[in-house]
Amino acid sequence: MSSPAMEQTRDYTEIIEILDKYERDPSRIIPILQDIQALFHFLPEDVMIFVAKEIKISSSKVYGISTFYNHFSLVPKGKYEIKVCNGTACHVKGSGKLIERFLATLDLPDGEITTPDGVFSFETVACLGACGLAPAVVINDDVYGQVTPGKVVKLHDEIKVKEADHE
Amino acid sequence: MNDIELKEIKESYLQRSKIVTQRIVVCAGTGCLAIGAMDVYNKLVEEIKAKDLDIVVSLDFDEKEHSHPDGAIHISESGCQGLCQIGPLVTIKPEGIFYTKVKVKDVPEIVEKTIIEKEIIKKLLFKNPADKKRYETMDDIPFYNLQTRLLLEPCGSLDAEDIKEYISIDGYAAALKCYTQMAPKEICQVVMDAGLRGRGGGGFPAGRKWALALKQDSKKKYILCNGDEGDPGAFMDGSILVGNPHSVVEGMMIAAKAMGSDEGIVYVRTEYPLAVKRIKKAIETARSIGFLGENIFGSGQNFDIRVMEGAGAFVCGEASAMVESITGDRGIPRPKPPRTAEHGLHLKPTIVNNVETLSSVPLILLHGADEYKKYGTKGSSGTKTFALTGHVANTGLIEVPFGTTLREIIFDIGGGVVNENGKIDNSSFKAVQTGGPSGGCLPEKHLDIPLSFDSLKKIGSMVGSGGMVVMNKDVCMVQVARFFIQFTHEESCGKCTPCREGTKQILGLLDEIIEGRGTLETITTLEELSSAVMDSSLCGLGKSAPSPILSTIKEFREEYESHVVDKFCSTGKCTELFDFWINPDLCKGCTLCAEECPTNAITGEKKEPHKIAQQDCTKCGSCRTTCKFNAIEAVRVGTHG
Repeated sequence: MSSPAMEQTRDYTEIIEILDKYERDPSRIIPILQDIQALFHFLPEDVMIFVAKEIKISSSKVYGISTFYNHFSLVPKGKYEIKVCNGTACHVKGSGKLIERFLATLDLPDGEITTPDGVFSFETVACLGACGLAPAVVINDDVYGQVTPGKVVKLHDEIKVKEADHE
Repeated sequence: MNDIELKEIKESYLQRSKIVTQRIVVCAGTGCLAIGAMDVYNKLVEEIKAKDLDIVVSLDFDEKEHSHPDGAIHISESGCQGLCQIGPLVTIKPEGIFYTKVKVKDVPEIVEKTIIEKEIIKKLLFKNPADKKRYETMDDIPFYNLQTRLLLEPCGSLDAEDIKEYISIDGYAAALKCYTQMAPKEICQVVMDAGLRGRGGGGFPAGRKWALALKQDSKKKYILCNGDEGDPGAFMDGSILVGNPHSVVEGMMIAAKAMGSDEGIVYVRTEYPLAVKRIKKAIETARSIGFLGENIFGSGQNFDIRVMEGAGAFVCGEASAMVESITGDRGIPRPKPPRTAEHGLHLKPTIVNNVETLSSVPLILLHGADEYKKYGTKGSSGTKTFALTGHVANTGLIEVPFGTTLREIIFDIGGGVVNENGKIDNSSFKAVQTGGPSGGCLPEKHLDIPLSFDSLKKIGSMVGSGGMVVMNKDVCMVQVARFFIQFTHEESCGKCTPCREGTKQILGLLDEIIEGRGTLETITTLEELSSAVMDSSLCGLGKSAPSPILSTIKEFREEYESHVVDKFCSTGKCTELFDFWINPDLCKGCTLCAEECPTNAITGEKKEPHKIAQQDCTKCGSCRTTCKFNAIEAVRVGTHG
């Protein structure tokens, strides 16, 4: 992981704007981090330290919050964010098999959620509220309903082909 | 804003709506949006304009510009209309023609035939899975006409972003009445008389909660709306926030008056971006029109609402954890007492009501407690929404009065149970799960019990927030138990040891069973540990987390025993405890399974029985779902080569 000192080139203007939007109120730390995550798609370490200093709370508190809530990620996500819904409805309709198949297909390094090439990141999420389409998979903003393990391989291959064409 | 102005808005809306000859409502609930509802909406607008017909997207128009001899067509988006599985849904009024699975390519035909010629397009009508008949309108369809949709009807028909339409159905009239004519005590009393109990799970009487807060001697009090619907398999609250956000705003206004609060916060899951958008918009419009802010309805009272997005922590549905989260901390519950009604947000009296509860409040104040009590049972009055999902023919959002039986819900409204191939097969019913991670799995014998907060509790489950997941015979109950405990384990905040460590150990014991290392003693230990976690955890999450374990052991003990004694999972779900085998007597050699198999483990000639190479099989079950002849069976490990 890069040390905060290495990030001195980062332009903090947008982050300062977010802090000011919430009046640097420490009790608004969750919405502040949500906006920052929307900006970077994860919470960079140096930014978390910067935020802590600016709104005068300890960086351990910022770290505590960012690890407590599932919505926050400390590592960069892939270009294609795959989310398999693992709500009850999706579970009984076979989301477990989809998760297995994705893991086998993506071949993620142990404990990582993003592929080394940065193309895919993978996670399971609790109910997306699309139970009528169970089992559901979301890739970036596209929702796929009634997905089968076979379809998982197809979705993955399609993206791979698309990415190869770009190169 | 006063009563005359409110009446004027209503009458002006109704007056304008007279020029509308047809109303097209496109369902824009989460399910329909995911499968292209907005494309259908946009195409409808485009096609109708192309035909030179008068179309309006809201009734805020210049009357001079809309004097088409045939009147205007009003098109709008609604919240969830209920039948998510067969969306996008489009309703055309006044006839109420109900089209399902509408695609962009169907739109020209809809405009040509139905809008202009008033002809019905048969192929787009709802085809009832149970009797294969097609039905023309929502009112004809058993799925709808067997329900009592007090909350969901407006949710699936109103334009959620148009406050005037909400006012036209007497929206905000109850709030006006409360602020101008009723004392706080009276409001609490009406809601107590109506018997409204918390829809979030606990079932605590809402009126009593308010009365408790009213008694607190404090200038500052908070009313929180719990929209942190974290139960996996439940989407009722999200749908109400999307479809009828003004009912929630009005409910909060009334609650605020009843307890003497001037500040409300809606805590809503960030996973529901549309709900967040809609409730924010509703608050903004309500404020701009004068329902929120200072001196509401000239009563001298102030009240305003803001929205806080949760960040994905199930435990924040617990009142004290939510309070912590709002103050910018980790959502860790506090020990009780004191209750949040005494010392909540910023140590001030704080009431937390669920979305559905608040959405029911205006109806009660508008029509009176007696009218509301006509629905439901003695101890559980009114209606309850459920997310009916899983192995049932009609999945979607439903609303029934308490007292309805599970059998009526699953077989009449739901249209029956579907098997692994998606065909209706009522004999394949195994269990229905209610109450989410805090509830239980109920087998056939409990299906005729009238639903109520107390009846479900008695048989080891609960109403909960309203997730209702139907499971067929191919669902392994041990896996279901594991699924829920894994969820609660991950969501445990870690503060108290019984919940943090207990759920971990329960998970470990279930894994022993699933991986074939379990014995009868494992089951006993599991029961003892579950009871201990239940008795000694700090908050509701831990106290109810073992409920799915205990209920599945109680109702499906044989299945657990088969896992540990025979080392066999008959449903073909615990991969260590079965092999897949193609029954040569049933296999027709259609090759579908071989094509679907992701590891190419299935071989065989066309029209000849196929075979599975066990060493290559990952037991993903794709073949079994694909097979039309039920030829693929789960058998004991090693018994069939």
